[in-house]
Amino acid sequence: MEPTTTIHHHAPPSSFIRKYIFSTDHKIIGLQYYFLALVAAFIGMGLSLLMRIKLAWPTETWPTLAALFPEGFAGGQMKPEFYLAMLTMHGTIMVFFVLTTAPQGGFGNYFLPMQIGAADMAFPVLNMLSFWFTFVGFVVLMAAFFVTGGAPISGWTGYPPLSALGQIAGPGLGLGQDLWVISIAIFCVASLLGALNFISTMLNMRTKGLDLFKLPLTCWAWFTTAVLALLAFPVLLAGGVLLLLDRNAGSSFFLPEGLIVSGKVINRSGGSPILWQHLFWYFGHPEVYIAILPGMGATSQILATFARKPVYGYRAMVIAIFAIGLLGFFVWGHHMFVSGMSPFSGLAFSVITLTIGIPSAIKTFNWLGTLWGGRIRFTSAMLFSIGFVSLFVSGGVTGMVLGQSSLDLFYHDTYFVVGHFHMIMGVAAIFAMFAGTYYWFPKMFGRMMHEGLGRLHFWLSFIGVYAIFVPMHILGVMGHPRRYAQSTAYEFLGSALPLHEFITVAAIIMALGQFIFLFNLFWSMKKGAKAPDNPWEATTLEWATSSPPPFDNFGGRQLVVHHGPYEYSVPGAPKDYIMQTDPPLAVAKH
Amino acid sequence: MVATLPPKPETYGRAPGWPPDDGGNRDNGGGFDKPSPPPSAYRLGMGLALVSIFMLFVAFTSAYVIRQGQGQDWQPINLPVVLWLTTALLLLSSVTLERARQRLRHGDELMCNRWLTATTLLGLGFLIGQFVAWRQLAADGIYINTNPHSSFFYMLTAAHGLHLAGGLVGLGYITVKMWRQSYQLALAAGLWTHPKKELAIDLMSLYWHFMDGLWVYLFVLLFAWT
Repeated sequence: MEPTTTIHHHAPPSSFIRKYIFSTDHKIIGLQYYFLALVAAFIGMGLSLLMRIKLAWPTETWPTLAALFPEGFAGGQMKPEFYLAMLTMHGTIMVFFVLTTAPQGGFGNYFLPMQIGAADMAFPVLNMLSFWFTFVGFVVLMAAFFVTGGAPISGWTGYPPLSALGQIAGPGLGLGQDLWVISIAIFCVASLLGALNFISTMLNMRTKGLDLFKLPLTCWAWFTTAVLALLAFPVLLAGGVLLLLDRNAGSSFFLPEGLIVSGKVINRSGGSPILWQHLFWYFGHPEVYIAILPGMGATSQILATFARKPVYGYRAMVIAIFAIGLLGFFVWGHHMFVSGMSPFSGLAFSVITLTIGIPSAIKTFNWLGTLWGGRIRFTSAMLFSIGFVSLFVSGGVTGMVLGQSSLDLFYHDTYFVVGHFHMIMGVAAIFAMFAGTYYWFPKMFGRMMHEGLGRLHFWLSFIGVYAIFVPMHILGVMGHPRRYAQSTAYEFLGSALPLHEFITVAAIIMALGQFIFLFNLFWSMKKGAKAPDNPWEATTLEWATSSPPPFDNFGGRQLVVHHGPYEYSVPGAPKDYIMQTDPPLAVAKH
Repeated sequence: MVATLPPKPETYGRAPGWPPDDGGNRDNGGGFDKPSPPPSAYRLGMGLALVSIFMLFVAFTSAYVIRQGQGQDWQPINLPVVLWLTTALLLLSSVTLERARQRLRHGDELMCNRWLTATTLLGLGFLIGQFVAWRQLAADGIYINTNPHSSFFYMLTAAHGLHLAGGLVGLGYITVKMWRQSYQLALAAGLWTHPKKELAIDLMSLYWHFMDGLWVYLFVLLFAWT
C-alpha cells in the first residue's frame, strides 16, 4: 500500500453560500448547470409556443396574451417584429443555454470526475467561475427582453448587416442586440474555461489502472466536445468583438458600402457580411457536435447497460467520435451555399459534409449492434436512448439532403431546414439529456424517478417530436419560407395552414408532456423510492460509490480499475456485469 | 492523509470504510478532503488556455486578411515610433523572466525576486507605451473608425493589451508573494514550497512568452505584412 503524495486542501465547505452557491464541488456545479439549462429550456419552449400560435392562427386575436405582452401583442395580434424577437431569443436560449449547457456543463461536470475515479475537476475554482460566467451570460441575455426596443430580431445567427446596425434597422437592434452580443461573448469565455478544465481533468486525473481505452464513451464524448469548444468558441468571440465594434465604435468590418436603410445612406464602407458568416459558422458547425456528442456518449452507455451487452465496437466508437469532431471543423461552408460562394468551394464543403455520414453510420450501426440480441430492459432511460438513435437517424438522413449544395439552394430558407436541425441538433440532444436524467438521477439524488411517469413522458415526447417536425419537412418541400411571421400573405401557402394547426396542437400537447417530466423530477427528489448504490447494475466508476456520492466522491478511497467500461454478460463471470473496480477474473473473457 | 485502501473484491455493496449512508440526503458523507491535481494538469491547463487565445487571434487574422482584400478603403496607418520601444521592452521582459526562472532553479531567491520585479516593471512599461501610441494616433486624427486598418490596429492592440494586463496581474501577484515570503511575511497563510514557486513561474513564463511572441506577430501583421 503506497501513500498518496498529494496535498489536501479542499475541505468540504459548511456554510450554505459556499456549499450551494459559490461551490467549487463539481457535483454542485453540475447541478447548477443542469437547473440553469432546465429554466432556460422552459423559457425557450414558451417562446416557441408563442410563435406556433401565430403561425397556426394568424388572424385570431388573443386578449390574454395582449395583456401579458402589451408591446408585442398590440391590438391582440402578434406583431411581426415580436415574432422575430421570439425567434431570435428561442434559438439563442436553446442553442447556448440548453444544448451547450446541460449535456456538457451539467452531466459532464457531474460525472466526468466520477467516471475517471477523481475527487473533482482539475481546477475547481475555474469550474465555479465558468458556471457563474454562464449564469451572468444568461441574465444579460434575458435583460434584452426588458430594454427599449425589446429583444433583438436578427436571428440566433446574428447576421449582419441587420445585426450590425442600430435601432434604425428595426426594434430590438439597439440595446437589445448589444446585450445579445455581450451575452454571447460572456458565454464564450465561460465555455473556454470549462473546456480547458475538462481536457486537463480527463488527461491528468484518471485513477489507477484507468488507461484511455478503459474510459467510458461518455468521457470520450465530453473530451472531444471540450476540444471542439476550445477551438470553436474563440472564433465566435472574435466575431462578437468585431460586431460589437461595428455597432458601437463606427468601424466597418461587416457593413458593406452603399447600404441604404430606412431611406438613409449608412456611412460605412467596404465591410463584408459574408465575413461574419465565415466566423460564425466556423464556430456554428462544431457547435452542432458540441450539442450532440455528449448525447452520443450517454446513449452508448445507456444502451449497453440496459441491453446487458458490451458496446459493440468500442474502439470504432471512439474513433467515430473523433472523426465526427474533426470533420465538423471543415464543413462550415455548407451553411453558406446560398451566400454566393464559388461553386467549387460549395462542392468541397458538400463532399466533406457527406463524409460525416460515415462515422455517423458507424455509430448508428454500433448502437443497433449493441441492442442486437440483448436482454433489453425498457426503462425510461433506455426508451429515451432508443428515441435518440431514432431521431439521430431521421435528422441525419435529411442532413444528407441539405449537404448537397444544389438541393440546399432550394431548401435552405424553407421549413425543411427547421425540421432537420430541430430533429437532430434540438430534440435528439434533448432526448439524450432526458435519458441521462432518468439514468443518473438515482446517483445524483439518492432516489429513483417514477418509471410510469417517465414512460408516459417518453411516449408523449416521442410521438410529439415526429408529429411536429415531420410536417415541417413537408412544408419545406412546398417551399414554405422559414422565419416569416405571416404566411397568409402568400396565396400558395394557403393549403399549409391546416398543417400549421396540426403542428401547433402537437407542440402544445408535447409541451404539456414536459410538465410531467418536471413534476416527476421534483417529486422524485423528495418522495422517490430510495436508490441503491448501483440500481441499474452498471459497470462504470460512478456506480462504485454511495447514492448520492460523498463530497470527495469515493470517501477517501483511491479506486483501482481492472476492467473495461462495458463488461456485461461476460461468459464465466458470476454475474452479468463486472464493475470496472472488480478484481481481475480468473476466467477467460472470450 | 488518505491512504490507498485495497479493493474489496467480495463486496458489491457498501464496503467498510465508506461514508455512512445518509439516507438520500445531499450531504458531505464523511467529510473527506479532496486531493490537488498534479503539476502536469496546471501545465496542460495553461497550454490549453493559450490554444484558445491562439484561436482567437487566428480568427482576427483571417478577418484581417479577408477585410484587406475587400473594398477600396484600406489605408495603412503609419507606424507609431513608440511601438519600437514597447516591442523592445516586451522582448526584454521575456529575457528577465527567463533569468528569474533560472535563478530560482539555482535556489537564488533574492535574484529571482529582483528579476521578477524587473519583468513586472517592463510589462507595465509596455502597456503604458501602447497607451502612448494610441494617444499619438488620436492626436494625429486617426481613430478606430478612420479606416479598416486603424480599426484593426486599435482592436488588436486592445485585445493583446487586455490579455497582457491579465498576465501582469498574475506576474504582480507572484512577485509580491515571493518578496513577502522572502521577508517571512507570509508565514502562516499559503506558503509556497520551492516546487510550487517553480510551477508558478513556469506557468507564468509560458503565458508571458506567448504574449511576447503574439505581440511580435501582430506587429509584423500590422506593419510589415501587405
